Amino acid sequence: MLLIHCPYCDETLPELEFAHAGEAHVARPENPSAQSDAEWEEFLFIRRNVKGPHYERWRHTHGCGRFFNAVRDTVSDRFLATYPAGAPRPSLASLTGESE
Amino acid sequence: MAQAALRRFSGEALIEEAGPTGMVTLRGTLRSGAILSAVQGAVGLRVPEVRRAESGPRGSVLWMSPDELMLICEAGEAAGIAAGITERLAGEHFLALDLSSARSRFRISGAGAREVLAKGAPVDLAPRAFGPGDLRRTRLGSVAVAFWCTGPDMFELICFRSVADHVYEWLCLAARPGGRVHLY
Repeated sequence: MLLIHCPYCDETLPELEFAHAGEAHVARPENPSAQSDAEWEEFLFIRRNVKGPHYERWRHTHGCGRFFNAVRDTVSDRFLATYPAGAPRPSLASLTGESE
Repeated sequence: MAQAALRRFSGEALIEEAGPTGMVTLRGTLRSGAILSAVQGAVGLRVPEVRRAESGPRGSVLWMSPDELMLICEAGEAAGIAAGITERLAGEHFLALDLSSARSRFRISGAGAREVLAKGAPVDLAPRAFGPGDLRRTRLGSVAVAFWCTGPDMFELICFRSVADHVYEWLCLAARPGGRVHLY
């Protein structure tokens, strides 16, 4: 069971209350109709599939209902950080103590 | 309107249907002066801190999310309270709605009450971790609920009305005599 810190409820809670919601910081194009098919495909479907620390969205479905962002290591499943949606992404160097 | 008799079950804890309850959802910027005074005017209570509930003689205010409160009041008062808040907050960005019919309320009390909830909710219900005024929105078994502590070994719980029968039977099963683990 993963324990996840909800930045809104400010409590570390079991995975049961949360839902994973894909990669974080995927910015919607300012002008979608000006996108080429390749760019649109990239936005819709192409994800980084990181091995290691991964920026992703989670939702506290069975709690406050809010979406937030997290950095999770996809190898160890360890959560390195969670932070509110809209907050800047923390640098990996500050989380792992290593240079990127 | 005739009301069906409220069900109650006495086992390791006392499980009671609370019956018709007024519930008003209020969304907005919770720390704004307008919302604070609207809540104070509606039920005479402060806006609760995160994961807390405030209770008084006129009702309760529950923290539901960073921008959402639930006001609990007498069944007949909800529409008036929602209308009063709407009038008071005119011009603000907010939502106040009488959602009394959406949810059902239960009371769980007695020495086994903590264990009954702990059997289904991923919450630390030890007395030092969850005391009077503490609230959690979480799940009980497989359904979404919110519950809060109203006193020593006394809890209230709300869930969507569509699953109220299931929740009542779940609570009764968890409270069956002989089912205590004596963890708390």
